[in-house]
Amino acid sequence: MPSYQLSVNGKPYTVEADEQMPLLWAIRDLIGLTGTKYGCGIAQCGACTLHLSGAPVRSCSFPVSAVGEQPVTTIEGLSDDNSHPVQRAWIAEQVPQCGYCQSGQIMSAVALLASNANPDDEAINTAMNGNICRCGTYPRIRKAIKTAASYSH
Amino acid sequence: MKPQDISRRHFLRQATWSGAALTLAAYMPVNWQTAPVIVNPVTSGTLQGTELMSWISISPTGKVTLMCNRSEMGQGTFQALPQMLAEELEVALDDVEVVFTPANPEKYGPQPQEGSFSVRGWAPRLLRTGACARDMLIETAAGDWNVPKNDCYAENGAVINRKTRARLTYGALVEKAAKLKPPTDVILKKRSEYKIIGKSALRKDIPLKTNGSALFGLDKKLPGMKYAVIERSRRFRETMKSFDDSETRKVPGVSHVFKVKRPVFSQYCEGVAVVADSLWAAMQGRKALKVNWNDPDFDLPHTASLEKQMRENLQKIGSHSRFEAEYGPCTQKLEASYETPYQSHSCMEPLNCIADVRSDRIEIWGPIQEANWIQADLSQRFNIPVEQVAVHMTFLGGGFGRKAFPDYPYEAAFISKEIQAPVQVVWTREDDMTAGPFRPGACYTLKGGLNTQGHIHAFQANTATQWIGQEWSPTAPGAPEAAGYNAGDFEGLLHPYRQGIPHYSFGGAGTHTPIPVMWWRSVYASTHGFACESFIDELAHLAGKDPMAFRRAHLPAPRYQALIDRMTELTAWQSRGKNQGWGVAFTECFTGICGHAVKVTRNAEGKVRIEKVIALMDCGWYVNPDIIRAQVEGSIVIALGAATIHATTFEDGKAVQQNFDTYPMPRIADIPPIEVHIMENDEKPGGVGEPGLPPFAPALANAIFDLTGRRIRRLPFSLDEIS
Repeated sequence: MPSYQLSVNGKPYTVEADEQMPLLWAIRDLIGLTGTKYGCGIAQCGACTLHLSGAPVRSCSFPVSAVGEQPVTTIEGLSDDNSHPVQRAWIAEQVPQCGYCQSGQIMSAVALLASNANPDDEAINTAMNGNICRCGTYPRIRKAIKTAASYSH
Repeated sequence: MKPQDISRRHFLRQATWSGAALTLAAYMPVNWQTAPVIVNPVTSGTLQGTELMSWISISPTGKVTLMCNRSEMGQGTFQALPQMLAEELEVALDDVEVVFTPANPEKYGPQPQEGSFSVRGWAPRLLRTGACARDMLIETAAGDWNVPKNDCYAENGAVINRKTRARLTYGALVEKAAKLKPPTDVILKKRSEYKIIGKSALRKDIPLKTNGSALFGLDKKLPGMKYAVIERSRRFRETMKSFDDSETRKVPGVSHVFKVKRPVFSQYCEGVAVVADSLWAAMQGRKALKVNWNDPDFDLPHTASLEKQMRENLQKIGSHSRFEAEYGPCTQKLEASYETPYQSHSCMEPLNCIADVRSDRIEIWGPIQEANWIQADLSQRFNIPVEQVAVHMTFLGGGFGRKAFPDYPYEAAFISKEIQAPVQVVWTREDDMTAGPFRPGACYTLKGGLNTQGHIHAFQANTATQWIGQEWSPTAPGAPEAAGYNAGDFEGLLHPYRQGIPHYSFGGAGTHTPIPVMWWRSVYASTHGFACESFIDELAHLAGKDPMAFRRAHLPAPRYQALIDRMTELTAWQSRGKNQGWGVAFTECFTGICGHAVKVTRNAEGKVRIEKVIALMDCGWYVNPDIIRAQVEGSIVIALGAATIHATTFEDGKAVQQNFDTYPMPRIADIPPIEVHIMENDEKPGGVGEPGLPPFAPALANAIFDLTGRRIRRLPFSLDEIS
């Protein structure tokens, strides 16, 4: 089985995996970082969202063999202590209910705020459209993104 | 509702801890009758070390651990239950740790997580437990100081001597206190004395859910654990002829392939398990599997034929002669038919469960809504004493009723026993969405007659659906095919309508199909509420009355009048203008009463859009208002999907929709502004997690009628298609 060098949250890992194995399963089952979730397997729900070179990617549909040199950031890589502004805002606005989709929501929001420090509703709609929340935390997600934006003002 | 259908409402009304075992036996299938008798832990717990009471343990350094015996699937029990304990115990929430209890009905009571029951069902017991523990700590301190108990009080994790101001921390007192017999009488705080209850304390599970550390079922690993996926028949009850695993066994990592069973009510369905060293390998192995199913010996469900069957069954209900005698002479009459679809629960976390089965014990970890039902079920099915079955709850990535169904823990245990190793069974999204159980579809016929004053004189609601209660117990008597008269209940309908409407009749007809069905958030209220509250609106229109005032005139109870008055005020209803797109609806389930007002408008392209939703929840005495607001917001989002998108349809005996591409969810851009308000009163604690859902669909449909004159009687409907 081929072997891949991955940089995840700043740490090097070597994984042996089928080249078609989605990055999601390499991260969860081979590296053991379980904050990134499986929701649909077809890039429809966003629960598996992580960053490749800072850009949000649906890891359930992204083969591990395609990662190459790009650094991977998962929810666990945002901070050691929930201190990332988006994490702080998520807590302040009490966003999660069941919480299963929230790693993906947060990773999409972090990517949005990295490219747009003060997103309006339209920008939020566009950036967050790929993330489903079955509990219906959307109103709070919207609020928390604005709160996170306000932290850096 | 028909009397034979042991409805969840009826079950829950009886399910206090003293009556739970008895009720479970009546309600559950045979294999759950072993659910142990519940012993009051206040007097029976074996107190070990520093465990002061069941639910409460305190370390010598004063660290307080509170147990949550109910599963956490987003509804906030992980916060609300400890909040009640901490209030009476007199400790700050910031200083406590919360952990889940294992399934142990003798110690922690029954754990079925449904019926919006956590706060309303557990408040008396948890408040009393906290107060007992506090009393024991005070008694210990009073003994140490040799002063009367009345000279001492508890505050912030310590007992204080009123006179000397001396202070002993709980940590210093707990070992001695734990040796005391819990008091039989304790005085609970008055609501006005609360420091924690009634406040929006930050949820303790949320920081775990913002950094990826919250442990969901799918995240749990055991040493040496294998992974399994299962190929099941898409036609629910089909049996297997044969399977060919020659290609599957060539997939690296695949270790076992064998036939498995899935319990669906009283039957077992067949499937093939593919077990591997990794989940990915198991999934690849499954793709290579070839299964031959026997020709089905049952009618293959098809959505159109299901509806036809339900319509025919509705005709069989008939009408009560006394009702007809009152309805017949009414000056104005209306009849209408409503339809609601089958729906998938589609929790974000697909089903999964870990089992480690040994010769003399079973251990389970998973996202489980009903820990001690699973414990009793596996005990029975595997013939292992119930105390040797350990069930550990992880966080649940959604539940909505689906994760109360005991099929997936059984599958895990079956496979673990076969391979003699711990195993995690994982359902793919497609498995989760197509295998059921589903919310049952339903057809309704409603009749209403007005008197000369435009008041409802006679009201009839009949439904044909697949009764969940009958699925549990197929030998139960068949559906009543005669409607009652001024008796019974229609889940979801506001109770005082039964006082405000002089003649009413409810009837129901069961419809058997091979499709597994199960509770779906708010259960029958989710569909009954749509039919009834839309029809009440139709009757208001027939009477030429304002829909808010019309409802008020039929709801004599002061609590309901206050609710409607508050909604009138919140919506500025009197000044809203004619046909401006306002609709309102009120429903009741699991003792929570909720109203929604929806405002719709037309956008620049002439399409109907939801401008805002105002929700008003009356759940009586409550614990955490922010959790209530969150639950109602979330209920509205689920209800929006249920009203405008979601239908699981069946063709050739199979569910058509398999994943979020064909069963899409509402997304952030679809969500209108939502305001949630809470009624302040001293009523008993009511349900919250479910009652916020049912009024949305009828309120939206009523708003659309107000704007467009088009009456919607069938769910789901697309907002884009309304002209």
